[in-house]
Amino acid sequence: MQRTITVFQRELASYFATPLAYVFIIIFLVLAGVLTFFVGDFFERAQADLQSFFTFHPWLYLVLIPALSMRLWAEERKSGTIELFLTLPIRLAEAVLGKFLAAWCFAGIALALTFPFWLTVNFLGEPDNGVIVASYVGSWLMAGAILAIGAAVSAATKNQVIAFIVTAALVFVLIAAGTSTVLGLFRGWAPAGLVDAVAAASIHGHFAAITRGVIDLRDVVYFLSLMIAALGANAILIDLKKAD
Amino acid sequence: MQENYKRLGMLEIVDLVKKFGPIVAVDGVSFVVPPGEVLGFLGPNGAGKSTTMKMISGFMAPTAGTALICGHDIRTRPLAAKRQIGYLPEGAPAYPDMSAAEFLGFIAHIRGFRGAEARKRVAHIAELINIADILHQPIETLSKGYRRRVGVAQALLHDPAVVILDEPTDGLDPNQKHEMRGIIRAISPGKAIIISTHLLEEVEAVCSRAIIIARGRILADDTPAALAARSRYHNAVRLAVPADADPAIAAELAGLRGVASVEPASDTDGEGWWLFPQDARSIIAGVSELVRARGWPVTGLRVEHGRLDELFRAITLPQPATSTSDRDAA
Repeated sequence: MQRTITVFQRELASYFATPLAYVFIIIFLVLAGVLTFFVGDFFERAQADLQSFFTFHPWLYLVLIPALSMRLWAEERKSGTIELFLTLPIRLAEAVLGKFLAAWCFAGIALALTFPFWLTVNFLGEPDNGVIVASYVGSWLMAGAILAIGAAVSAATKNQVIAFIVTAALVFVLIAAGTSTVLGLFRGWAPAGLVDAVAAASIHGHFAAITRGVIDLRDVVYFLSLMIAALGANAILIDLKKAD
Repeated sequence: MQENYKRLGMLEIVDLVKKFGPIVAVDGVSFVVPPGEVLGFLGPNGAGKSTTMKMISGFMAPTAGTALICGHDIRTRPLAAKRQIGYLPEGAPAYPDMSAAEFLGFIAHIRGFRGAEARKRVAHIAELINIADILHQPIETLSKGYRRRVGVAQALLHDPAVVILDEPTDGLDPNQKHEMRGIIRAISPGKAIIISTHLLEEVEAVCSRAIIIARGRILADDTPAALAARSRYHNAVRLAVPADADPAIAAELAGLRGVASVEPASDTDGEGWWLFPQDARSIIAGVSELVRARGWPVTGLRVEHGRLDELFRAITLPQPATSTSDRDAA
């Protein structure tokens, strides 16, 4: 536990030791703003809610989260520090968890810095703050699931560009599976069970459910199990390929 | 078993094998390192030195065999074993965006030192390895020599029983090399130390024992002096003469008792000959007597005690080794 915290601290500090943290946060906030106000018609909708803000989060994360996760292991592999790191007296699970939690915490910081949106709607009207809190929690869970997938991909390569592209492709499939376009393609011919299964596997569907204001246990379990499965894969990939 | 290591050796390597597909990188390597020994691990590039070290340090899982570190099996009790090891991986990797102090602090924390104890450890090791003046610089701005020293500091921070250093002096200038060897000698009492190197002079300077490895197998395992004595230059005599000396001298020297062969030589000693003895016997007395008796214009005369580099070449390159021993036998 203590070692997980030590790894977590080192990782989190390493984001802020380079311009990465600041560039990421600025781009994240600018894109979130552009999507919300210009694409999401925040003002035209004249609704005191953050629906037009949260609705784009899956697509925002599709681009930005792999940029955060790609370096987690690929960089250690490339620079050779993985050999130093994994010969320290630390369990693999502690190393994997410490790194992941640092990235997840960083994503949480970026997400928390969108609070002016929340202040804005409260200034303009009387939004349902319960829905907004639920949406924030859902968004953070979704970020964690995507980060865990990205961490596992990063564990398999020493090339950060490959880690980015493969993660983005995987996440795209997981998000798109829940959109009405893709489900419509299935609905024409597939049995209802399959359509439901595709929808149930989708990040988009579970996130959309939470942003309606109800944190259903099933959605939370979905994101947590995605994280656990991906981090398990992460540990296995590191163990198998650490010397390559 | 945990108590036996003091008798058997702090580090015990048992039949280590590593295969990469069809390639056998390490092929049944076994040895024991008792406390106080500095073992030089020698071999050409690609001989399996680094692979062996990666397996001992627990980074790479062996295909077969294992390493016991203070009695802890690296395969079944990796955490207990890793606590006893200080390891400098090849290339001295470190996190470039951290300062040396932050980096060493991180290592200290992972190794379970907290607060004042961690700070004391970092300060002590910085003093020992002579990096106190660059402690607050980012590692990426350090010279190669300082980076190597930060890597060594990291390996010695917790005063480990077993120290494994993969090329600890690579990239250091001659003064820094000398200093690093002094440090290794100074910390060696009570520890089992392995250093890999391809600098033979380093083995002679710091190691109490040397293992030569090639193609994944141990080819020689002895003290550096004993290994050097196995070279054909052991007790050979180098005779230097002016360039215009009588070539017939060579023929007369070859006829001397105990001399196996005479080879012309031209190097920093000047012109002249190498006189190789039969069965590594001392021939210097006979040679100097003959020189005095004939009144030859000799400019230099010395005995070679052996050459580690020559032995290294002889046993790591199979073909020349055969021809060398043929000539020795003749």
